[in-house]
Amino acid sequence: MMRTHDKANEKLIFEYSHPGRGATDQWPQPLPATASADLPQHLRRTKPPLLPEVGELEAVRHFTRLSQLNFSIDTHFYPLGSCTMKYNPKACNQYAMLPEFLGRHPLAPESHGQGFLACMYELQEMLKEVTGMQGVALSPMAGAHGEFAGVAMIRAYHRSRGDLARNEIIVPEAAHGTNPATATMCGCIVREIPVNEEGDIELDALKAAVGPNTAGIMLTNPSTLGVFERRIEEVARIVHNAGGLLYYDGANLNAILGKVRPGDMGFDVIHMNLHKTFSTPHGGGGPGAGAVGVSARLRPFLPIPIVGLEEGNRYRWLAEKDLPQSIGRLSGFMGNAGVLLRAYIYMRMLGREGMSQVGEYATLNANYLLARLKQAGFDAAYPSRRASHEFIITLKRQARELDVTTMDFAKRLLDHGIHAPTTYFPLLVPECLLIEPTETEGKDVLDTFVAAMTQILEEAEQEPERVTSAPHTMPVRRLDDVRAAKQLDLRWKPTA
Amino acid sequence: MAFIPHTPADVEAMLATIGVASIEQLFDEIPASLRVKSLDGVPVGLNEMQIGRLMSERARADGRPLCFIGAGAYEHHIPAAVWALTTRGEFYSAYTPYQAEASQGTLQLIYEYQTMMASLTGMEVSNASLYDGASAVAEASLMAVRANRKSKSRLILVPRTVNPQYRRVAVATAGNQGLRFEDVPYATDGGVTPLDALKKYEAEDITALVIQQPNFFGQLEDVDALTDWAHAKGIFVIAVVNPTSLALLKPPGEWGTSGKGADIVVGDGQPLGVPLSSGGPYFGFMTTRMEYVRQMPGRIVGRTVDLSGREGFTLTLQAREQHIRRAKATSNICTNQGLLVTAATIYMSLMGPVGLERTAAASHASTKDLVAALTAVKGVRRAFAGPFFHEAVLLFDRPVAPVLTSLGKRGILGGLDLSEHYPELGYALLVCATETKTKSDIDSYVTALAEAVQAVRAA
Repeated sequence: MMRTHDKANEKLIFEYSHPGRGATDQWPQPLPATASADLPQHLRRTKPPLLPEVGELEAVRHFTRLSQLNFSIDTHFYPLGSCTMKYNPKACNQYAMLPEFLGRHPLAPESHGQGFLACMYELQEMLKEVTGMQGVALSPMAGAHGEFAGVAMIRAYHRSRGDLARNEIIVPEAAHGTNPATATMCGCIVREIPVNEEGDIELDALKAAVGPNTAGIMLTNPSTLGVFERRIEEVARIVHNAGGLLYYDGANLNAILGKVRPGDMGFDVIHMNLHKTFSTPHGGGGPGAGAVGVSARLRPFLPIPIVGLEEGNRYRWLAEKDLPQSIGRLSGFMGNAGVLLRAYIYMRMLGREGMSQVGEYATLNANYLLARLKQAGFDAAYPSRRASHEFIITLKRQARELDVTTMDFAKRLLDHGIHAPTTYFPLLVPECLLIEPTETEGKDVLDTFVAAMTQILEEAEQEPERVTSAPHTMPVRRLDDVRAAKQLDLRWKPTA
Repeated sequence: MAFIPHTPADVEAMLATIGVASIEQLFDEIPASLRVKSLDGVPVGLNEMQIGRLMSERARADGRPLCFIGAGAYEHHIPAAVWALTTRGEFYSAYTPYQAEASQGTLQLIYEYQTMMASLTGMEVSNASLYDGASAVAEASLMAVRANRKSKSRLILVPRTVNPQYRRVAVATAGNQGLRFEDVPYATDGGVTPLDALKKYEAEDITALVIQQPNFFGQLEDVDALTDWAHAKGIFVIAVVNPTSLALLKPPGEWGTSGKGADIVVGDGQPLGVPLSSGGPYFGFMTTRMEYVRQMPGRIVGRTVDLSGREGFTLTLQAREQHIRRAKATSNICTNQGLLVTAATIYMSLMGPVGLERTAAASHASTKDLVAALTAVKGVRRAFAGPFFHEAVLLFDRPVAPVLTSLGKRGILGGLDLSEHYPELGYALLVCATETKTKSDIDSYVTALAEAVQAVRAA
């Protein structure tokens, strides 16, 4: 289905605007100008803001049409590696949006929040159990925010012991970009260490890197290479013996949910991406929730607030007074409460038996998809290894022989109604696709993906320009990113 | 109940393809000593009927009191269309628009949002959101350090009239990078930041001054004078604003007499169609001038053309971000608050300039009515003179906490007790009313307050 018209798909909302029009049924009654006359003239706005003037139906149609230009989990297979795009159960949304929850003011007293606080307390307890940690705080609002909290706690811990020299954070070269960025935000210096050809950390390099300046190491396990770090206990020993702490990036927790716990592997602090493992929606780029868990020695440093349980079964917020060593507050109130409610509902529905099924079926799906792709002629980046919940294939050979890149494959997949896997990450594997099917996809969907990849490979051999010029069926073709960055057009301006 | 669609036959076929005997075998690279023994601390699963019942009971326990608390989160009417559209799966269950061709809906919406926020704040460019208003102040402070090249001090002045939680979050977030935040006292008569209080900094190197309008007390700061003072000394102005109020109040882009305006504008977008929801998810907004766009944290969407010359939208200036720049990024932010931006964009489209101004004016009028009614009760008076927007501080002749408890029992949340953050004010209460509060709501408060004061006196 090629589109021919110049204007892509849907006008800008401003282009529907007509002076004097509006969703008037939604507006408060007008007041006489005298109602605001007490506001001093020099503090007043003189020109109205550039907001659209459209009727309610016009707005509804516009935003419905915009939504239809998106791929989403509800409409498409979305095997985006490291992002855990699993089904977001409708019940989680519906019951988190009960009017009492939506209407509850964040500063409402605990007397008017026992129901909400009970959910938060139980969520803290369940997260402790599935991660093997001793304390949990829920307020960080995304994975990177949780990372910040985690590294800030590591720093606070060392400082509290007068160990002021420890300002180096070690990360494997394949780490998520947020890891080094977070270390910098916490005032630390980053040291990268290599991994070997089987995807495990080079222990000699680690031994050489640790020392009296080591604050800690940040790891994902399974790693961003889609394999389990087999010598994790040895890694933990090396870092702990050097006086450092272990940070677990929970981006890949889905792989091991119910099977292995970061606390048992020796990690001191972890963040969990509730929008990945616990299936809260990604929302087109958030909101997430990046709850943090800690071992006993880091518990005093957890960010506030936390929900505590008192005698008489009353829940209450623990704040500065209760946790004087806390790293402090990271959000205006208590983080993304509505997201936390969704994660709570999801965990209660799954229960303990559902938790281990998540790790099992996520792993089954990834290994099945990897096996089928290998059969179809694709190269695994780590062929000797089991896949975790995700895996990497490299199109290095195809790029060399056929002059078709990973980006071309990714864009052609869109024409097959499949969202592209993560491309060109991790950076150390050339021409890679990081593929994460998640446990909520069935065998048929995985088979469809293999069929699409096989067809694209054939096409790349016979008619490569079909692939290199993809996508062909989307609302737009490939966009000029260079122009976007050079001729910045970041807001609409009315033509005079 | 784990939403797994596999049949036993599927599993068998898949295992055969992989060449293993069981799912268990797929975990054979993990040391046996590390395997989970039990998860007894997680309850057994509930089906949807059971969880629905549990959540309804929990919700009932919280009730639906009549709420007069503001202090950074405001109850406004939210048109039904806002969340009906926002929770469409195509918005709700999509990811960050990295694959632009498959995300034009989200990308165009963010471009529309950036246009609206830039105009509302009177600035040139907006990002695609930050976590919340508090963390936005922290990010703005870090950005000011990068952008204000004249200043080396990393010292940020934060008047005490700025939301105290925002100040705490800024310290917790930016303190690790050597930023210092210094309090500036307020005038006890007007509840605003006087120029006099800034005099002691005349000779100092200051990176930025934060100005909140309306301030935490609801009072209106003399933003022009404060901005002029800062700019005369090469100090950046970080404006913290309530987006609803901007329908009535001067946008930060026009603050000061030079016409230059604030340098960075931030705030919490919650009033724009986002429910109170116990404090989140909300979203932080940030706008600035084009000259500082490369110092801005967070995602930004730009309009460009595709291979055929058709207009389209894409994430741009990504060289600032963590997935490219890693340790040298402007921030570690990755996931932000996209879905709330969706809600806010739809809300602003439905309200338009007229609806938003009516909402602001009705909230202002409602709060004036509330203040007039409450100060007519014996023992209650206003703490500060001067204009306010939709919040005000009241002083009581007795401790506020027992009065609030007593009101709570009558189904009314009477406001925020300021004794923790502002003990010097005495028995002070911050109250708020928006367009959602009717005359009869205000009457209920006054009646309940009279009873509550009686009850406390009797106790």
